[in-house]
Amino acid sequence: MAATLASPDRLGGNIFSPAGALTIVRAGSVARELENTPDPLTIDLSRVERMDTVGAWLVHRSVRDRGARVTGASPELQELLRQVAQADHPAPVRPEGERGAVAELGAWTIESGRTLVGLLGFFGATLIGFLNLARHPKRFRYNAVVQRFDVVGVRALGIIGLMSFLIGIVIGQQGAVQLQQFGAEVYTINLIGRITVRELGPLMTAIMVAGRSGSAFAAQIGTMKITEEVDAMRTIGVSPVEALVIPRLIASVVMMPLLAFWAMLLSLVGGGLFCWISLEIPPLTYVQRLAEVVPATDLWVGLIKAPVFGFIIALAGCFQGMLVANDAEQVGLKTTAAVVQSIFLVIILDAVFAIFFSSIGWI
Amino acid sequence: MAVVRADSEAPIIEVRGLENRFGDQIVHQDLNLDVRRGEIIGVVGGSGTGKSVLMRSIIGLQTPAAGTIEVLGENMVGRSEDEAKNIRRRWGILFQNGALFSTLTVAENVEVPLREYFPKFGSQLMDEIASYKISMSGLPAEAGNKYPSELSGGMRKRAGLARALALDPELLFLDEPTAGLDPIGAQAFDQLILSLQKKLELTVFLITHDLDSLYAICDRVAVLADRRVIAVDTIDRLLQMDHPWIQEYFNGPRGRAAAAA
Ligand SMILES: Nc1ncnc2c1ncn2[C@@H]1O[C@H](COP(=O)(O)OP(=O)(O)OP(=O)(O)O)[C@@H](O)[C@H]1O
Ligand SMILES: [Mg+2]
Repeated sequence: MAATLASPDRLGGNIFSPAGALTIVRAGSVARELENTPDPLTIDLSRVERMDTVGAWLVHRSVRDRGARVTGASPELQELLRQVAQADHPAPVRPEGERGAVAELGAWTIESGRTLVGLLGFFGATLIGFLNLARHPKRFRYNAVVQRFDVVGVRALGIIGLMSFLIGIVIGQQGAVQLQQFGAEVYTINLIGRITVRELGPLMTAIMVAGRSGSAFAAQIGTMKITEEVDAMRTIGVSPVEALVIPRLIASVVMMPLLAFWAMLLSLVGGGLFCWISLEIPPLTYVQRLAEVVPATDLWVGLIKAPVFGFIIALAGCFQGMLVANDAEQVGLKTTAAVVQSIFLVIILDAVFAIFFSSIGWI
Repeated sequence: MAVVRADSEAPIIEVRGLENRFGDQIVHQDLNLDVRRGEIIGVVGGSGTGKSVLMRSIIGLQTPAAGTIEVLGENMVGRSEDEAKNIRRRWGILFQNGALFSTLTVAENVEVPLREYFPKFGSQLMDEIASYKISMSGLPAEAGNKYPSELSGGMRKRAGLARALALDPELLFLDEPTAGLDPIGAQAFDQLILSLQKKLELTVFLITHDLDSLYAICDRVAVLADRRVIAVDTIDRLLQMDHPWIQEYFNGPRGRAAAAA
């Protein structure tokens, strides 16, 4: 590859005369050299052996912007220059402009409002779906539901069990540290029993299910939206609500109380183990005392909340999945939104339940 | 221009004894293929005969069960990503379904390979290159800042071509580029490939079902059947062969119509 020459000609102009290959590999340096050669400019292509469209573009650009003269171009090079010139239509590169902060806030507010209204609408659509299924029970998809039972429920047993067991130990240990100051460590059992059965069992299970299954629902349905599977279903006459949403809703509503019960049980076991080893309360005493201090209503409170949480999680997951449009990034965004939204709603509902149950006297 | 290379006789792609399988299903067995520098080679075969899999093996996305593949004089089987980088800069690929990056605009898609290999280009030059590539591929300039999801199927093909051409490659792989284009667009596409190939000494590996494209631009055609390439030749010579699939393909009503055109 010979050196490039930029030399003054007799008319006081400058000749730029690249040699060898004028291709994309050299485009960076050639562009700089062209910039550094002052007007009036003549580009001599007689020594160029190979040129690609990027090289041709650099020449074309100088002709267009600076009125450069081109000499010594073979017919092939001229043809390439002509072709590049023909394709000279500046195209916008980046998406339409950014918004200001206020506009951003406004858009966010509107978006949040729309999402809430949309969620209500989606709730309505699933109710209609349930009604339709009640009228045509043959359309009910047993297989899909049973498969969801497995994924949402059975496969979550291990992780939820382990989590609850550890939480039971932590509550026992933290409670005992505080209560020992009053010499009341036996009340640790009250603490463990009531807090896990009434609150933490269902709540922690809900958070785990939202992270495990709610997100999966959003991602699965979202991906199906992008690949137009959902549209294909619609055109075939299969209702996406019946085929995709309702099996997931049922699975999550049925499995949540079972998982919550399992969580309560293992928390109590964990707490009991701690009491036994650390406070030297024998298991039999622990169980007897639990039966005395944990009212049956606590269990009902926990088990009534769980399916409602399950419903909210599945609803938010499927809803966000259905909102996915256009691109892969949306799947990620909506999956995140599904988890955040469902945990948020679960905690709000938990507060509402707390007020409700204490006002009907289930304290 | 038109420098005749000393190695012009050495094939630019050389496939020997290729075997590909998915579980029990054998897609290719003992498949051989040579692609010469500067030619447009058409690859035909029924749906599911493994044309796309062949392309994926050649470009190193599919590890074959057996056989050797050389592209631009370098072995492609069992290479690390980094080693292959030099070759990747010298080819452009248009996938069957476009495979555009969905979170980038069309122009940004075209700029991806440029930024990867020539990060020192200023962003103005980058935008200009993207613009003329888009226009060369037959897209209107306004498509530049659209997202792939906002394009029609045919426009996505063209955007994919613009990205494949971004680095002015020596070797172009096209998987059914004209499927889903209107006939006028398909013909323009053929002409575009042909003129680029002439000017840039391009070698084109063209998978197609489009008989018109085959007749219009292919120097040779490779026929995939029975897990191998059963023949590679000009269409005229293929017509002389008495393999039933080849006869049916080129001498069926569509084949004759394309031949007459
Ligand atoms: N990832 C994969 N897993 C399993 N089988 C595959 C995979 N990819 C391809 N196949 C199989 O390999 C065979 C060849 O597929 P390929 O996509 O190459 O067909 P093709 O010749 O390109 O067809 P078309 O003309 O329809 O594009 C098919 O039978 C297909 O089922
Ligand atoms: Mg294919």
